[in-house]
Amino acid sequence: MSDTFGGTFVGMPAFPEAARAAVGDATLRANLRHATHTIRDKRARAVAELDDWAELRQAGKEIKDRTLRHLADHLLRLEEAVTAAGGTVHWAADAAEANRIVTGLVRATGETEVVKVKSMATQEIGLNEHLAAEGIAAYETDLAELIVQLGEDRPSHILVPAIHRNRGEIRDIFREKMGSWGRPAPEGLSDTPADLAEAARLHLREKFLRAKVGISGANFMVAETGTLVVVESEGNGRMCLTLPETLISVVGVEKVVPTWRDLEVFLQTLPRSSTAERMNPYTSMWTGTSDDDGPSDFHLVLLDNGRTDALADEVGRQALRCIRCSACLNVCPVYERAGGHAYGSVYPGPIGAILTPQLRGTVSEVDASLPYASSLCGACYEVCPVAIDIPKVLVHLRERVAAEGGRGHRLERAAIKASSWVLDHPTALAAGERIASATRALHPKRLPGPGARQWSEHRNLPELPAEPFRDWWKRNRR
Amino acid sequence: MTTDSRARVLARIRAAVAGAPEAPDVTRGYRTSHATEDPDALLDLLHENLADYRAHVHRSGPDGLPELIAVLLAERGVRSVVVPPGLPEEWLAATGAERRSDAPRLTPYELDGIDAVVTGCAVAIAETGTIVLDGGPGQGRRALTLVPDLHVCVVGAPEQVVASVPQALPRLDPARPLTWISGPSATSDIELDRVEGVHGPRTLEVILVTPRPAGG
Ligand code: SF4
Repeated sequence: MSDTFGGTFVGMPAFPEAARAAVGDATLRANLRHATHTIRDKRARAVAELDDWAELRQAGKEIKDRTLRHLADHLLRLEEAVTAAGGTVHWAADAAEANRIVTGLVRATGETEVVKVKSMATQEIGLNEHLAAEGIAAYETDLAELIVQLGEDRPSHILVPAIHRNRGEIRDIFREKMGSWGRPAPEGLSDTPADLAEAARLHLREKFLRAKVGISGANFMVAETGTLVVVESEGNGRMCLTLPETLISVVGVEKVVPTWRDLEVFLQTLPRSSTAERMNPYTSMWTGTSDDDGPSDFHLVLLDNGRTDALADEVGRQALRCIRCSACLNVCPVYERAGGHAYGSVYPGPIGAILTPQLRGTVSEVDASLPYASSLCGACYEVCPVAIDIPKVLVHLRERVAAEGGRGHRLERAAIKASSWVLDHPTALAAGERIASATRALHPKRLPGPGARQWSEHRNLPELPAEPFRDWWKRNRR
Repeated sequence: MTTDSRARVLARIRAAVAGAPEAPDVTRGYRTSHATEDPDALLDLLHENLADYRAHVHRSGPDGLPELIAVLLAERGVRSVVVPPGLPEEWLAATGAERRSDAPRLTPYELDGIDAVVTGCAVAIAETGTIVLDGGPGQGRRALTLVPDLHVCVVGAPEQVVASVPQALPRLDPARPLTWISGPSATSDIELDRVEGVHGPRTLEVILVTPRPAGG
């Protein structure tokens, strides 16, 4: 990921160009389609097992909303509890500061390598690249992250970052690259998932055993107890959280929940919504440090990096409820065709389309085009375990882009292109329209945003499905 | 530097929500359990869900436990086994495997050279097929159940079995390091094919111990 800086993929084209490239790549499209459909169906079954899913979803939403409303209080309480339990809390206003803090902490140990457990926050701030520039090697230990790192690639999915790679490609990457990072791939490595997983186990074990510093994120932080929670499958998280002497966790401020009890909601909704399991194989919880178990030095870096900007937006702040389950990616007809890379950030798919422009602002063309990378079909809202109304936030952000750009502005042009891309992909939209009947209340009466605003100025959008949106667009586009 | 940022971030947060309406109280309309109250049925559900995620599940009475542990270790060709502090001595009375104590603390490399670990647990959750370890007696620190490739875990029924996540949390002490285990380690990162056994123990044997000899 040498081409990222502060989470921005430098030189990244706006959504429509990147999406066009992805659509032209048949392998990528097949990989994505297989993956998203498989997990979508499994997820539906896992969710259907709980007849109180709607109540859990509502509670999850309310817990997060209430926490965000009093966020400062909960963070202070968290800080107090972590400190009392032997940890040290740091505050980072932006990516640069977080990177500086982590680098300083690693330096203080005298180590030049760290093991990492998959974390969106550290990807967002470009920590690996920063550490590399400071002479510190950061080894990703999640299988998918390892595939991405060895392949000098970018993650394309929140949960399965190498979802765009098939087994043959993975075998080739392992054969070619493992040797230059450590233990080479076994002779005659096959492309069966079991053999590939075994190769990763062997390759990473030597790194785990000698690791002195671990770096993680966290899924949840409990304010009242100071407990951090990491949910995972492979055991690489446990390795990174348990074996090193120093543990550094970089966590967005929105990950705090007030009480221990609140975990009873998210530990039910997250695994089912994410990996479609009743429970993920491993969940680790730790509170500060313990005398006789795990790291003796624990640092928590609380990250803002644009989150307070999102928090200040009364419509947009709900994006901070996100628990990164990735269900919205797997149901999104646009994501399925465009792929994760087209979104130009570590947060792809529907959540990326509303989170990235809020964290980074809508000054770049890719970020300004993101709110348009959607057909507003509403499938993402339906599956979201914390009920984030993604279509509503998209519409809101379109208005913001319109206000910042203006007629003929480069942002407007980027936005129009993104809209055109979505509307030019009949299958993407058709899938959207099928779902749309269930979500009609979510659809705007007027098509907001630049470009669209000009056309819709004197007419209301037709009610779905009286006239398919796509046809309307074709007749009205310039 | 960080002190300034602390003040700055907190001030930004306060300013961001200053005009926001008060958020409603949380309605907890969800169930505290989706399962039956009947202890036998609950144990069956735990058994079923553990097995569904590829743990190997066995039943035993207290008397048959040492023999069953010995058989399971022998079947996997185990030569050495970590003994966490506080593990009931009789549990390992029948095995011939070499016992390795964690005092003084075993290094990660030493642990990597040991075949298996036998532990108890803090609580088991039937609905999700989950075992929770809290480092209490007979469980040891987290690394002991992580590095060896075989984990044999003994669950005392009915006292350690609860139905659901909401029932498990109040029984756990957040001050202790906790590990929730639902089947052996797994990955679905390659084409979403589930593969058991990546970095944690590749084999998880769970023994459900009931006061009376199990019927089947
Ligand atoms: S927005 Fe909702 S569905 Fe999407 S990743 Fe976040 S929590 Fe999951």
